[in-house]
Amino acid sequence: MNNMLKRTIVGIAAVGMLAVPCLQAAMADTIKIGAILAETGPSFLGVPEANTLRMLTEELNAKGGINNNRVELIIKDSAGDPEKAISFAKQLIEEEKVFAIIGPSTSGETMKIKKIAEETQTILFSCAAAEDIVNPVAKWVFKSPQMDSDAAKKIFIEMQKMKIGKIAVVTSNDGFGAAGGKQLQKIAPDFGIEILISEVYDKTATDLSALVAKLMANKEIQAVVNWSIVPAQSIIIKNIRQAGWKVPIFQSHGFGNIKFVQAAGEAAEGVIFPAGRLLVADSLPDNHIQKAVLVKYKKDYEEKYKEDVSTFGGHAYDAFVILTKAIEQGGTDKVKVRDALENLKDIVGTAGVFNFTAADHNGLSLDAFDMMTVKNGKFALYTN
Amino acid sequence: MEFSLFLQYLFAGITYGIIYAIVAIGFNIIYNTTGIINFAQGEFLMLGGMISISLLQVMPLPLAIAAAVAITMVVGALIQMVFIRWIENPSVLRMVIITIGISILIREAALHIWGESVRTLPYFIGSSVTAVTLFGTRISPQVLIVIGTCSIMVLFLSIFFRYTSLGREMRACAANRRAATLCGINVKNMVTFSFMLSAGIGALAGAVMSPITYSQYDNGTGLAIKGFTVAILGGLGNSLAAVAAGLFLGIIEAFSITILPLAFQDAVAIAILLLILFIRPHGLFGSSEAARLKEF
Repeated sequence: MNNMLKRTIVGIAAVGMLAVPCLQAAMADTIKIGAILAETGPSFLGVPEANTLRMLTEELNAKGGINNNRVELIIKDSAGDPEKAISFAKQLIEEEKVFAIIGPSTSGETMKIKKIAEETQTILFSCAAAEDIVNPVAKWVFKSPQMDSDAAKKIFIEMQKMKIGKIAVVTSNDGFGAAGGKQLQKIAPDFGIEILISEVYDKTATDLSALVAKLMANKEIQAVVNWSIVPAQSIIIKNIRQAGWKVPIFQSHGFGNIKFVQAAGEAAEGVIFPAGRLLVADSLPDNHIQKAVLVKYKKDYEEKYKEDVSTFGGHAYDAFVILTKAIEQGGTDKVKVRDALENLKDIVGTAGVFNFTAADHNGLSLDAFDMMTVKNGKFALYTN
Repeated sequence: MEFSLFLQYLFAGITYGIIYAIVAIGFNIIYNTTGIINFAQGEFLMLGGMISISLLQVMPLPLAIAAAVAITMVVGALIQMVFIRWIENPSVLRMVIITIGISILIREAALHIWGESVRTLPYFIGSSVTAVTLFGTRISPQVLIVIGTCSIMVLFLSIFFRYTSLGREMRACAANRRAATLCGINVKNMVTFSFMLSAGIGALAGAVMSPITYSQYDNGTGLAIKGFTVAILGGLGNSLAAVAAGLFLGIIEAFSITILPLAFQDAVAIAILLLILFIRPHGLFGSSEAARLKEF
């Protein structure tokens, strides 16, 4: 019995070995694109990103792929864990021999695998926000979301308009929060804004009313900036409003997922934050340059997945569209595609209009952001 | 410090503390009848929250919570019957590994059923901005509901263990398994019942605190760690001590923010735990005599 089992296994293995070269021959024209996304874990960024990539790949292959090359998408779920991101990056590059990697979803993970991408000369198209990802520029690393430094600037510009000079900053203890906190500290003096208290909260926090009490005790604070991409950011908003504190709350672009609004409930009303225009696609004027792209993506996504579109999915959309455009131009040569990426101009994406150069691997400018607010449980353009 | 500010911290501390305490009590119930620590206790809270959120779509809130508690109790019983009941004289280490395994199992199952997104029950009274003014400070009515529910549960448990025959039988199993068996108590059934009871208590707590803390497939783990800390701190097996230790830890955590950055909150809690365990290894309220007789 045991012997027979062994023979069967050997037989299967032999057939398998024979089959592999045949398969490879048949797929000679397949371009493998890897993706490392946080589909599970403390944030839910990876889900809209993965959904978007699956949708776009399907669409692209239905149209015949890129220059008649089929695209194969390999998604790995890192759960937002940098260690997992590292091992998946190695696996994708060494075992799967992918052409490029989209992701990871978070800044912390991206910073960890930046070096791997550089060493193995693999294009890494991050969906995370931190400026550190592309500044200083790494040859093989690009990113699609707007810069966190631009988000910080947008917030400060709005504060100047509101005559706010003294603020408190609270950030979550992950890569996104840390990078954002750093940018806020760095840029605040340029706008004459003083940060009185800076606090970090745990991404698994369950109640932050003690922190809110501490902030409230400082009567000089005119506004609170809550920079985070995890659900705990909604807890702060809730606790501030429960305490009856009417202070203006500014959030980062990491708030651009309607689930955060739903989690905070009524407390989210009036929160101000910078975000891409995807959230308000339908209410944009018809002549807006991004309108067509935004409305189409929103409609396709919401029809297919029966859930609200989010800016995070948009970042994956941009990364995919830009990457495929570069592959269209550069063919299947990694170096050529990388060079093509640096020369792409006027690509209208969900985050804004991309203009890449050798020095700018993000390609977006400050005007990619608009200030948004929450009105009746929905995102709306903020008008002062 | 202003009095109203002091109260603000105090209520924040009580909120944390009572949540920790209720998890600790769950640990204690099972510990008391079996002498083991059930590391899947946090998952009972998660299940209570998640199931009631799902049921809310088809039934009113009180019914949804009641049903969630009942379902979680069945889950607790099933866990005991499938994984634990058939093991004769399990070693502590073996039980630790089994219950950690169960906790991972439940978490992964929850991930597949509910997905990774954060859910929440609506506030029982008002909305997320409603607050009642108490001595000049504002707190959410939900906090009072959590404190009230947990207090009633503690009261109920004390009466149950002291004055009902079922409660006494469970305590007998804890005191001496063999003697209890000789007295005609079905020890195995008692153990199953203790799992049901702690699952039910966990689920109820999980549901009432869901509007404050949110529910997510993996939020049981963090709660279990804090609850375990509190159970040890109070002295394993003593429910009233768990409440005292929970409040003690919660209030210290809340006030630690006034002098230290929030990031040090957990470090403060753990440092205090270590300190107390060095000085009183049997917990704040446990007796050293009894601790020497226990195997864990």
